[in-house]
Amino acid sequence: MTPDDLLHPRPEGLYCPPGDFYIDPVRPVARALITHGHADHARSGHGAVMATRRTLDIMALRYGAGFADATQQGSRAPVDVNGVSVSFHAAGHVLGSAQIRVEWKGLSVVAAGDYKRGADPASEPFEPVRGDVFITEATFGLPVFRHPDPMQEMARLLKSLHLFPERAHMVGVYALGKAQRVIRLIRAAGYTDTLYIHGALKTLCDYYQAEGVALGPLEPATDAGGDKARFAGRIVLAPPSAFAAKWAQRFPEPLIAFASGWMQVRVRARQRGVELPLVISDHCDWPELTRTIEELDPQEVWVTHGREEALVRWCALNRRRARPLHLVGYEDEAVE
Amino acid sequence: MRRFAELLERLAFTPQRLGKLRLLRDYFAAVPDPDRGVALAALTGDLDIRGAKPAMLRALVAERVDEELFALSYDYVGDLAETIVLIWEPQGALADPGLSATVGRLNAAGRTGAPAVVRDLLDALDTPQRYALLKLATGGLRVGVSARLAKQALADFGGVEVTGIEELWHGLAPPYTELFAWLEGRAEKPVQAALAPFRPVMLATPLDEAELAALDPAAFAAEWKWDGIRVQATGEGGERRLYSRTGDDISGAFPDVLAQLDFDGTLDGELLVRGADGGTAAFGDLQQRLNRKTVGKALMGRHPAFVRAYDLLQAGAKDLRPLPFAERRARLEEFLTGLDPERFDLSPLLAFDDWDALAKLRAEPPHPVIEGLMLKRLDSAYVPGRPKGPWFKWKRDPFLIDAVLMYAQRGHGKRSSFYSDYTFGVWTEDETLVPVGKAYFGFTDEELKRIDRFVRDNTVERFGPVRSVRAEPAFGLVLEVAFEGLNRSGRHKSGVAMRFPRVHRLRWDKPPAEADRLLTLQAMLPPE
Repeated sequence: MTPDDLLHPRPEGLYCPPGDFYIDPVRPVARALITHGHADHARSGHGAVMATRRTLDIMALRYGAGFADATQQGSRAPVDVNGVSVSFHAAGHVLGSAQIRVEWKGLSVVAAGDYKRGADPASEPFEPVRGDVFITEATFGLPVFRHPDPMQEMARLLKSLHLFPERAHMVGVYALGKAQRVIRLIRAAGYTDTLYIHGALKTLCDYYQAEGVALGPLEPATDAGGDKARFAGRIVLAPPSAFAAKWAQRFPEPLIAFASGWMQVRVRARQRGVELPLVISDHCDWPELTRTIEELDPQEVWVTHGREEALVRWCALNRRRARPLHLVGYEDEAVE
Repeated sequence: MRRFAELLERLAFTPQRLGKLRLLRDYFAAVPDPDRGVALAALTGDLDIRGAKPAMLRALVAERVDEELFALSYDYVGDLAETIVLIWEPQGALADPGLSATVGRLNAAGRTGAPAVVRDLLDALDTPQRYALLKLATGGLRVGVSARLAKQALADFGGVEVTGIEELWHGLAPPYTELFAWLEGRAEKPVQAALAPFRPVMLATPLDEAELAALDPAAFAAEWKWDGIRVQATGEGGERRLYSRTGDDISGAFPDVLAQLDFDGTLDGELLVRGADGGTAAFGDLQQRLNRKTVGKALMGRHPAFVRAYDLLQAGAKDLRPLPFAERRARLEEFLTGLDPERFDLSPLLAFDDWDALAKLRAEPPHPVIEGLMLKRLDSAYVPGRPKGPWFKWKRDPFLIDAVLMYAQRGHGKRSSFYSDYTFGVWTEDETLVPVGKAYFGFTDEELKRIDRFVRDNTVERFGPVRSVRAEPAFGLVLEVAFEGLNRSGRHKSGVAMRFPRVHRLRWDKPPAEADRLLTLQAMLPPE
């Protein structure tokens, strides 16, 4: 028996034949195990869904309570699914995110999903879990990606507010995870004023607060009846797509910031018309990826969505068995 | 060095002039000597620094990083220096060695020692500082700051006129400690001690034709306004310099002019080049000789440069600037008799009795390289800056064409969520549109809103911040575009490049099929 008998890619997603389930399937399937609530991993329309309580909550918030025919909570304690032992372990990516460990006949695979190792008060911390095979993401799987200390990025944002007090500082953030993390970072940097949020962020911010992640005073960034000045020198958070929309025309001289690991690469920041690139990521950078592989020391590494080639090369240089796992349908761009 | 790195980072992503000025001012206020002066020199291009060649950097990174991993990274990042900055893993504790000390170390290293110094620095610096280091070492900061803008920021910082700084600039050297001391009110203004310094120029304001009636024609002299660049040619004690109108020393690119600059005095005039027939050539030809540090013999032979003089600021030891224009003009005419007319000729005065007569001259200029008229009060002293009243420029009416909006791009700042930068095109012979220019002003805020709505409602394709919009013979938006002149261009598909294009009028009423054709533009080109 090989690890491929336990998990292998299919067009629908990563499939486990003995357990007859998929992990993060991109098309509707009968039985799905979901690592976290980002839309490209957690889709609606599956028969039965197993995920952490928080991921199930988040899916219900996004897709409505009936997003699947049946749901079941996954947990650290292993649960039997058709003879396969399944457990969920925090991944540190966003609230509720988990790695999924499957074990069958003495063989184990850990599918880490998206994960990060850096501190994030808006997510459960990553739990190192051993398995014969470790499936790692590679969103930032190139040695050029080394995320700076996020507090340093916050200091740049606050300095800019001070230097350009007449301009609304618009910070582009993804609604799940990045928004709340950036808010926590802004608070940690000592900024206590009201933050203004785009409507698309409200539900999840409310959810995080209800789960005990304090975000401080938030207000909707609604049209002030032509009183643009109200937003001068204020921080407004919104999904980046909103900056191109007419929605953004209500703010005074918007200064576009964008919180993403992609901001490390200048041409990426330029393409988006960003004036203040903030390198803040919810994915592992290169040192975190390689350190995690060393720490877990699996027999074999499978590398998926992102820059598989470079991480596989690193494994070869370090005499580790590794291969790319070609899964389709995950959008590393949108999620960051 | 960290502050300098932060400054470069912000400047590189801040497109607005006012934003850049504020960032620079803040930097000058926050950073002590000598680092801020070294930064200033780096921005104005006055910093002498031992360069690092790309090959040397590649060799350094090859010692550290697997070739294949580097290749994958370079392929992704797309810029060699940036890839090296990002991929370099510092060793040991990070430090901030200071900008001035870093430049000192680079310059002290011999050719063989340079790689080790660069390696040690890369090992001790964080990412933004490594970026700054390689920008310094490979030359060209490319953060969109001209020497002029840096000096303007300095003037804002000290609450002085920028001309005051331009005037001093050529006697000063990095790290400009005495300049900063003056700007901070801690010392007297430095004394200009260098030979052949720059004298800040006097500029004209645009003429409002409605005001013409209130002006007395007899009080003014008129000259052609030539389409070259404003220069100051100055000689003193054997020192010879050619300055741009902002005080940049451009002598290196014009040895042909410099060779004949064998006088003690300061001329104000227009730098032009001659064409094959020996006459004044179009701006496009002059352009080939601009923005160079040196010039080849062939180019110099093809386009010899000369100065068409229109003022004399200094003659020998005498400062003529307080004298009235008429008197300076008389001395200028006399001064030029001693010079080589191939390199220094006189801008002729125009005879006219009244404004109508002058308007007729303006409408029918005798030479294609004339872009209008200059009016100068006969009694005007030479005052640096742009005083309103003594000098006017009365430009020829702009060229106008009807073009079709093809692409729109979002702007920045106030316009960051508006499609405010427009690429427009005209019809070719096979009935397709070819882009001929870009314009981003010339319309009101209300008009901007309406164009923005049109762009959003009629988007065909999106490429990042750019949208292509519907532009068909029967549907689209026609822009009446004004521009100052047209050059041939090998870089543009259309073969033409407009000077100073702007939106003149929106022609919502006009079907795109009736917009202008490329043939019309080609007919406007200067003779080859």
